[in-house]
Amino acid sequence: MPKDELKELHLVGTRPDRPDGLDKVTGRARYGADISAPGMLWAAVVRSPHAHARILKIDSTKAEALDGVKAVVTRADFPTGLTGEDWNLQENTMAGEVALYDGHAVAAVAATSALIAQEAARLIEVDYEVLPHVTDVDDAIKPDAPAIRPGAADASVPEGMPPNVVRYIEFGHGDVAAGFDDADLVMEKSYKTEATHQGYIEPHACLGQLGEDGRGEMWVCTQGHWFIRRMCTAVLGIEAAQLRVTPSEIGGGFGGKTTIFMEPLSLALSRKAGGRPVKLVMSRSEVLRATGPTASASMDVKIGMKKDGSITAGRAEFRMQGGAFPDAPVDMALYCAFAGYKMPAVEHIGYDVLANRPKCAAYRAPGSPMGAFAVESLVDEMSRDLGLDPIDVRLKNAVVEGDRASYGPKFGSIGLVECLEAAKAHPNLQAPLGPNQGRGVACGYWFNHGGETSVSMAISEDGTAQVSIGTPDIGGLRASIALMTAETLGIPYEDVRVNVVETGALGVNEPTHGSRATFASGLGAVEAARQAIGEMCKRAANEWGIDAEAVEWVDGAAQPAGPNAGKFPPMTIAEIAGKMGSTGGPISGHHESVPEGVGASFGTHVVDVEVDPETGRTTILRYLVVQDAGRAIHPSYVEGQYQGGAAQGIGWALNEEYVYGEDGRLQNPIFLDYRVPVASDLPMIDTVIVEVPNPGHPYGVRGVGETGITPPLPAIANAIHAATGARMRHLPMTPAKVLAALKA
Amino acid sequence: MSKIHVTTTVNGDEVEFLADPRETLLDCLRDKLGMTGSKEGCGTGDCGACSVTLDGTLVCSCLVLGVEADGKQVGTIEGVAEGGVLHPLQKKFIEHAALQCGFCTPGILVAAKALLEQNPNPTETEVRYWLAGNLCRCTGYDKIVRAVMDAAADLRGEAA
Repeated sequence: MPKDELKELHLVGTRPDRPDGLDKVTGRARYGADISAPGMLWAAVVRSPHAHARILKIDSTKAEALDGVKAVVTRADFPTGLTGEDWNLQENTMAGEVALYDGHAVAAVAATSALIAQEAARLIEVDYEVLPHVTDVDDAIKPDAPAIRPGAADASVPEGMPPNVVRYIEFGHGDVAAGFDDADLVMEKSYKTEATHQGYIEPHACLGQLGEDGRGEMWVCTQGHWFIRRMCTAVLGIEAAQLRVTPSEIGGGFGGKTTIFMEPLSLALSRKAGGRPVKLVMSRSEVLRATGPTASASMDVKIGMKKDGSITAGRAEFRMQGGAFPDAPVDMALYCAFAGYKMPAVEHIGYDVLANRPKCAAYRAPGSPMGAFAVESLVDEMSRDLGLDPIDVRLKNAVVEGDRASYGPKFGSIGLVECLEAAKAHPNLQAPLGPNQGRGVACGYWFNHGGETSVSMAISEDGTAQVSIGTPDIGGLRASIALMTAETLGIPYEDVRVNVVETGALGVNEPTHGSRATFASGLGAVEAARQAIGEMCKRAANEWGIDAEAVEWVDGAAQPAGPNAGKFPPMTIAEIAGKMGSTGGPISGHHESVPEGVGASFGTHVVDVEVDPETGRTTILRYLVVQDAGRAIHPSYVEGQYQGGAAQGIGWALNEEYVYGEDGRLQNPIFLDYRVPVASDLPMIDTVIVEVPNPGHPYGVRGVGETGITPPLPAIANAIHAATGARMRHLPMTPAKVLAALKA
Repeated sequence: MSKIHVTTTVNGDEVEFLADPRETLLDCLRDKLGMTGSKEGCGTGDCGACSVTLDGTLVCSCLVLGVEADGKQVGTIEGVAEGGVLHPLQKKFIEHAALQCGFCTPGILVAAKALLEQNPNPTETEVRYWLAGNLCRCTGYDKIVRAVMDAAADLRGEAA
């Protein structure tokens, strides 16, 4: 969109109160576990205590004899014959012949109270034959590792690969060997990141009801209720349209609530209990043991650089485990690894490896943080060896519009150079550093996403508007949709009500994922509003007896487009809406699409740390996030995404990891031991919103949710090096690890 | 297991319920009284989403048994706004965009209110340490801390 047009915006870019704010500060907003139904039962799930074990026998006699128990389900209650990802989802919902990880569900029970359900779950006896297990990615890829799912490899895997490699990826361009020959400095290093959890504070929760006739309802906390519908019905073998799914308010997701974990169990239990509604709420330890962590990664990166900092070639070989299912985002990690650099020659190799861990789910820019940790750490190391400023090296190699990306396609409009320059100009870069303090810089990238989108808008009788969207509001979406709709219609922000509606009310919508909701549902709302404006202009034209083309829409009213169109006073939206019943009926607008004008988002982070030489503890002193938003619709919530992404990245860098014991059991399945950043761990997080408008969106939106988690991992490692001289190549950089590195 | 009759006061109103001795105060508030504003994020006292006051003391209601509330005064998020008028903390949380998903918000508001009642002029560090028992995964705490500091200034009658 031309810059002149952006200047005329009245509402986009302002910071009004969010429409759902009142409900959320008073405790009225209803999340997944906050609803009940008449005749409701409570469910509990029996989970494998073993990392890998054949299920020999499940005896539920004692549980079923308990007063108040109404249904028990095992895999035998699910249809057979599923294939591909549907089978993976069913297998992960409820183990079949073999429990594949500590926490894998093997049975579920519904009873008249939560306490009875929990007691009944304890009474279900499961006989296991314990099998050899493997949880570490480098162990899992060994040729003699326990084979977790023989036959699970897809066609990409060449003959002779180790048994747990299920997907093999290879791509690149240019002459990599010649590029390394050309370089003045070539370095190759290995890096490792541990699995982390999205750590949303709301555990998964749902209330499901399914009758013997195959018709059902579900209330569930999810990022995408059409995904829930499709997955649940596939796993249960019922028709998609027969399940109506209503999204609750959602207590965080970060990618982890884009899929199913236990939702089909509530429906299966309900069907077996005569159609009574069944409420299923996970405990925190169930969330950590059995829902979407991210992958863990082991990575080798090689880069060739000239003395002036220009990169001649790069090579990345990544190994990732995403649990006992073929899901690790090793492809995404490779696509993003060198995305910020002009690469004359680059080679990428990836291995998706099975291990006895839970099925990984998306986590904010899936894969990108791992790849960035490796590449951005090595670029920093080489820049310092060559005596070059790390921001200048990035500027020298930074991709711009029209460049071929490291992963193939040509970049459209992007704002990496603008981010680097804004970071360089920020006062934080002038802040003096004391002893044991250091500054680190890194960049990050995410593609962003369009996705299936369906939006509906209706004008009310008084000229106010209601918008129906299918993407749950996780962090201010209703506000941004209302701003864009009101801006387009030329009415006050307060005159728009945005509703997140159930699956029966719209066409298929992908979840709030891929940083797409403000972009795609926003685009849909604007297009729907434009359609309604067209209809309102027509109604005015009919009344005035002139052509519809001779009417234009200005500031919430129809008016003749010029002196030749005739002389009529503007007809407001309220006037047109007030008589719509007699001028042709309801006025609404709809938009269905898979928006293709997605704008990718780059970001640059700068962090100052202090490392305690006696304990190895790292304190974040200052933190700066610079990121290209395209256009910030509600800047406060854009800043919030930047700050929240940075905080999650800080946790990944310093504290968070899945710790498995020798027995293959998760050692830290509570928040006390799986330690996410708390308020006293962090400083204020400074933000700069760069706006390089995305031409693929009516207001220039790119999507801002994901990029921000990527740079903290390498930026903090680079800062710790600057502070101490120790180069950390294995996350998390706990005090113990940093102390060991200081003493080495 | 036989249930125990509990009489308690929640946000100034006397209520009664029958509690299994194993049920937490959080379970009783949510499932017996329908007061679902207090949330369960962990059940182990690590996340603070279930924060309430018990006779004026800030507690995790997931670590208190329902029967322990007998004869006590319980304060929950549902009682933070009085007579439909938002507490300055609630207003400032909306104004500063100090919530994203909103799930931790009730617990943080109850905890922050308890802080300002005993320390009307906290430093940033004091706010951060007081709220260290309330996990927020969305915001990075920046806007939460600013909202609490601003509400404190408002309550002291100072312009922000």
